[in-house]
Amino acid sequence: MSRAGERLINGLVKENPTFVLMLGMCPTLAVTTSAVNGLGMGLTTMAVLALSNLFISLLRKIIPNRVRIPAFIVIIASFVTAVQLLLEGYLPSLNKSLGVYIPLIVVNCIILGRAESYAYSNPPLPSLFDGIGMGLGFTVALTCIGAVREILGAGEIFGRAFLPDSFEPIRIFGQAPGAFFVLASLVALQNYVKNRLQREGKPYEKIGSGCTEDCMNCAETGCKKRFYDNSGTAETGARKSGKRPAVPGPDKEGR
Amino acid sequence: MSGLFKVSSNPHIRSKMTTDMIMMTVVVALLPAAGFGIYNFGPRALLVILVTVISTVMTELLYWLFMRYLCGQKQRELTVADLSAVVTGLLLALNLPVTIPLWMAALGGVFAILVVKMLFGGLGQNFMNPALAARCFLLISFPVQMTNFVCDAYTGATPLTALKAGEQVNVMDMVLGHTGGTIGETSVIAIVIGACILILAGIIDLRIPGSYLVTFALFVCIFGGRGFDLNYITAQLSGGGLMLGAFFMATDYVTRPITIRGQYVYGVILGLLTGIFRIFGPGAEGVSYAIILGNLLVPLIEKYTRPTAFGYRRGGARHEK
Repeated sequence: MSRAGERLINGLVKENPTFVLMLGMCPTLAVTTSAVNGLGMGLTTMAVLALSNLFISLLRKIIPNRVRIPAFIVIIASFVTAVQLLLEGYLPSLNKSLGVYIPLIVVNCIILGRAESYAYSNPPLPSLFDGIGMGLGFTVALTCIGAVREILGAGEIFGRAFLPDSFEPIRIFGQAPGAFFVLASLVALQNYVKNRLQREGKPYEKIGSGCTEDCMNCAETGCKKRFYDNSGTAETGARKSGKRPAVPGPDKEGR
Repeated sequence: MSGLFKVSSNPHIRSKMTTDMIMMTVVVALLPAAGFGIYNFGPRALLVILVTVISTVMTELLYWLFMRYLCGQKQRELTVADLSAVVTGLLLALNLPVTIPLWMAALGGVFAILVVKMLFGGLGQNFMNPALAARCFLLISFPVQMTNFVCDAYTGATPLTALKAGEQVNVMDMVLGHTGGTIGETSVIAIVIGACILILAGIIDLRIPGSYLVTFALFVCIFGGRGFDLNYITAQLSGGGLMLGAFFMATDYVTRPITIRGQYVYGVILGLLTGIFRIFGPGAEGVSYAIILGNLLVPLIEKYTRPTAFGYRRGGARHEK
């Protein structure tokens, strides 16, 4: 059970999808106009993430390696459809304010990323908690960004007046540029704390297992977590076509 | 000498122009426009100018203190003395309406220095003009206060708004500056005096302002809907922030192209953008958006207008024997 707890902390802090991994930027920037929207988007994504992680992990021995991405997408899309129907039925106002970003959860890179890098090679229970942890991290991040933007851009928080009426809302924070400003400030704050901890001799490891997940610069070829294999295929392919071996980029499956 | 200089091996070109000297000249060149603004709009204009200048200088100072004592950058040099923050503050104030609440003016100063200049690496590293970026930040954030040009001296619409609505305007008043508008933009004469100071001191040349204004005049002539109406073209040229922008902001050393061909291209792009924004856009004014958009294109312009080095073919390949 300690592994489940480690996964939760990992998703919330060490490998926070928004502030550390910088994944899922599209919903992060687009829907965080208010704290409620951020919270709603985060929780919706978390539900899909946890369930898809669980089912992909359960099916990992059946899904053939070659068609794994389409299989993942089918599983994720089924859950997104279910969640969207539930939202339409029970929380129509949230569904309306999130709009097209609910169906777009299908292509959210956090979900596909966790499926590929964790759920496909780990047992169901840790995968479930990995999904919950990542989802919580995403939720916390989106709610924080949404709250700051709502306070500065409208003087409210969760729809209630927060600042006195004499405060003139800085409207840019309710618009797209404001999302970038707030995200950048929060990431900077996070990095500041991280650097402080490092300087005080408390090493802040990105990931508990010691893996940096920086597969591009990793020498360990037999690693199961590897996103792609840059030792064999990439070079032979380049040699055949007679070009200089390019820097190994993202693999061909669109990751 | 400024600490930002990195001395390379000789031969060196010697110049008495230092960053401080250039900035000082720009401040002097802006004084006519600022002085006319204070005369035109009353003492509150002086207050707005003071607030933005103090805000920009204090932001740069506090940022330095923060980086030096809390982030451990012991070698960091204090760059407030090069007056660039003063220039930014002054330019920002000249781009604000006189009625703006003072805290908004101060916020604009903080944004200009902290976000646009210091976070990108300080003087020489900013990717767009800090004063204009701050003006656009304020314009998006506080659209009502930033376009409130009704003050004690003037109650009507600004000449550009009147032009857009198809009314007649008094061109003589616009050239002299007896109109509503932001603090520093109204008087063409005061701005041109400042521009002459800059040109005579060798700080700027006419490449960017010239190509900018000519392109804009042609654009207005073709698409303005009034043909070659000299009155209309003069009004468009002297209205709004066009003169201030063309001479003081488009020519900013950091955010203009360094190649000579590139400067002409840049001026033409600015002229086209300003024309499009003014004539086809929803608002009456578009100089500030045109210039910051132009700033973003500068790296691209420089890439394609790079001169061919001696001994190289066009495109960068070396001559073979």
